[in-house]
Amino acid sequence: MAHSLSTPSFPEEVLEHVFSFLSSDKDRNAVSVVCKSWYEIERCCRRRIFIGNCYAVSPRTVIQRFQDVRSVELKGKPHFADFNLVPEGWGGYVHPWIAAMAAAYPWLEEIRLKRMVVTDESLELISKSFKNFKVLVLSTCEGFSTDGLAAIAANCRNLRELDLRESEVEDLSGHWLSHFPETCTSLVSLNIACLGSEVSFSALERLVARSPNLRTLRLNRAVPLEKLPILLHRAPHLVELGTGAYSAESRPDVFSNLAEAFSACKQLKGLSGFWDLVPAYLPAVYSVCSKLTSLNLSYATIQSPDLVKLICQCHSLQRLWVLDYIEDAGLEILARSCKDLQELRVFPSDPYGAEENVPLTERGLVAVSEGCPKLHSVLYFCRRMSNAALVAIARSCPNFICFRLCIIEPRTPDYLTLEPFDTGFGAIVERCKELRRLSLSGLLTDRVFGYIGQHGKKLEMLSVAFAGDSDLGLHHVLSGCESLRKLEIRDCPFGDKPLLANAAKLETMRSLWMSSCSVSFGACKLLAQKLPRLNVEVMDERGPPDSRPESCPVEKLYIYRTVAGPRFDMPDFVWKMEEGAGLRYS
Amino acid sequence: MESIVAHENDLNLKATELRLGLPGTDESEKESASCTKNNKRSLPECAEESAKNDDLDAQHGDCEAAPAAKAQIVGWPPVRSYRKNSLQQKKAEAETGFYVKVSMDGAPYLRKIDLKVYKGYPELLKALEYMFKLTIGEYSEREGYRGSEYAPAYEDKDGDLMLVGDVPWEMFMSSCKKLRIMKGSEARGLGCGV
Repeated sequence: MAHSLSTPSFPEEVLEHVFSFLSSDKDRNAVSVVCKSWYEIERCCRRRIFIGNCYAVSPRTVIQRFQDVRSVELKGKPHFADFNLVPEGWGGYVHPWIAAMAAAYPWLEEIRLKRMVVTDESLELISKSFKNFKVLVLSTCEGFSTDGLAAIAANCRNLRELDLRESEVEDLSGHWLSHFPETCTSLVSLNIACLGSEVSFSALERLVARSPNLRTLRLNRAVPLEKLPILLHRAPHLVELGTGAYSAESRPDVFSNLAEAFSACKQLKGLSGFWDLVPAYLPAVYSVCSKLTSLNLSYATIQSPDLVKLICQCHSLQRLWVLDYIEDAGLEILARSCKDLQELRVFPSDPYGAEENVPLTERGLVAVSEGCPKLHSVLYFCRRMSNAALVAIARSCPNFICFRLCIIEPRTPDYLTLEPFDTGFGAIVERCKELRRLSLSGLLTDRVFGYIGQHGKKLEMLSVAFAGDSDLGLHHVLSGCESLRKLEIRDCPFGDKPLLANAAKLETMRSLWMSSCSVSFGACKLLAQKLPRLNVEVMDERGPPDSRPESCPVEKLYIYRTVAGPRFDMPDFVWKMEEGAGLRYS
Repeated sequence: MESIVAHENDLNLKATELRLGLPGTDESEKESASCTKNNKRSLPECAEESAKNDDLDAQHGDCEAAPAAKAQIVGWPPVRSYRKNSLQQKKAEAETGFYVKVSMDGAPYLRKIDLKVYKGYPELLKALEYMFKLTIGEYSEREGYRGSEYAPAYEDKDGDLMLVGDVPWEMFMSSCKKLRIMKGSEARGLGCGV
């Protein structure tokens, strides 16, 4: 065969077939910029899109490029909205997306939303527009009620997943569940844990009974423990179970029913729920412990000895979420019993108390990192820490992907040396070469940011609070962290200079959040002027920023890259810095 | 938020100039550092070596003005509202009373009492006697309440009408939904093995 000078081209169908093996967005994005024809082929066959910031692109642009999408994932509000730092009404409305997709993607099957405002109207539109709709995941969303859920239940004939993960739902009635028709037998996953009021138990039981493929069931607190065995008997193939309230009067028959029901669930791998946990009923789950890989006890307000009795039987445990009631002693036992542990989250039982209310300190985390070689993800709230401990942790676990430490009192120093934690966190970023997410706390100077900039080459998300001395800190991060996508900062003395000096960097990131820092209004305007592909939003509840001097710092600043231009759904305390004009009011 | 320290003379345009130089390579850097308005809330005395600004102590309107207790910082520690509410609900339940309705046969309206206030049956019965101006009598396992035409009963979680006093106090507390003071022949029927 003669070689021509131009590259041989595969027929489109072949390329399309090859691309169909690419599931990761990154790979698909990479492929689409190789050349025009690959771009065209790829865009026709992409079925799944992920949009990390719903304001980064407009629905119309997405629809123009990708014509036959089956699965959409959208994220709205900035992460700090979880901690009430983003005022009500900021935005993140999903309706424009639903309306646009209803027209363009009749075969859409999956919608996953995070931190977005979803209305009953949107839910109704979803339920009526997509004939083959299968998956709805609403993570930390708000704005809808059980009426919207009723529409989904009633109209989505092939619904597989309904997951309301920690959303805020207006609970008008528990009867929405009865709207699932008798013909609906396709459910695989149902998570209603966040619902406050009772759902109709008989409707729930019937639904579970006619869903042979149900593998994940997360109940809400209102489902009483005495009734749990009924559901378990209907769904013995469950893989993930979230109990309702885990308390009942001491009655041997209730206990034995429960224990028997659990032992019939041979495939159970994950447990959660456990509100109001009564220790007397914990042994009912012992029969499934050895197979458990995931255990969420973070709502169980029981003491360490009871926690330990359960955990030390879970030899296959990979993920544990627990309250600090577990204490250092409990964590030491965890370290000895659960050698496959990959993820640990320890939440504070008394986050606003001034004093340590339980003996949970750096010791627990050190023990787990020493004992569990596969540990790669940590979220740990405590009141005391030392650089020595952090260095030891870094040495034991060089494979950390996610390390989030919250020393509860801001600016707490190393309790042994009274020094800042620069060395400790420095050790973490230096040793953990794969670190993608880091949250800092405690007393920290600019030095720690130097280390982060120097070593955090794979760092994608960084959260900073009450740290640093000067602009240099922020500059180190912006200039050094090559993979940085999300940066969120609060209450740090960072000002205009590092932002302006690293302005171009901001276009390589998804977003930057800064609140209670020292960035001036003037700098915001300047940034917006120089970088038209950034939306620079100023949130200030004191009134329009131009009613104060330009050098005056803004309360909150949210900068994100976008190809969608300015947004028009901002509330009156958010100002977008326009190129040229200066100020635009919503 | 409170009023801001004005920096009219300090516009320092050079500081906001877009350039690639490192901050700190210019002496104007020190100036701007000290002029930066500090939005930090007042925080207790940790070893503060980074304190360069004097306005660290500025109290802000949105912090609770609680000099005795620590001012709670908005959004800190970073615990999601969902989780906070769960914990708070638990605490609230522990702190608020446990009020149950009390009806008396023949009375025009019901009353409410807080069961948490009482440590045991004797106290509860005494309180009922006081509230309704009656005597309830002595409890015995065999005969219920003797010596009066009244018998205290309660409705439990299953909706059954039970005689007060048979089960341990704690169990009673967790299963009692409402109280009913029965009178006359009905009351006697409850106590005896008829």
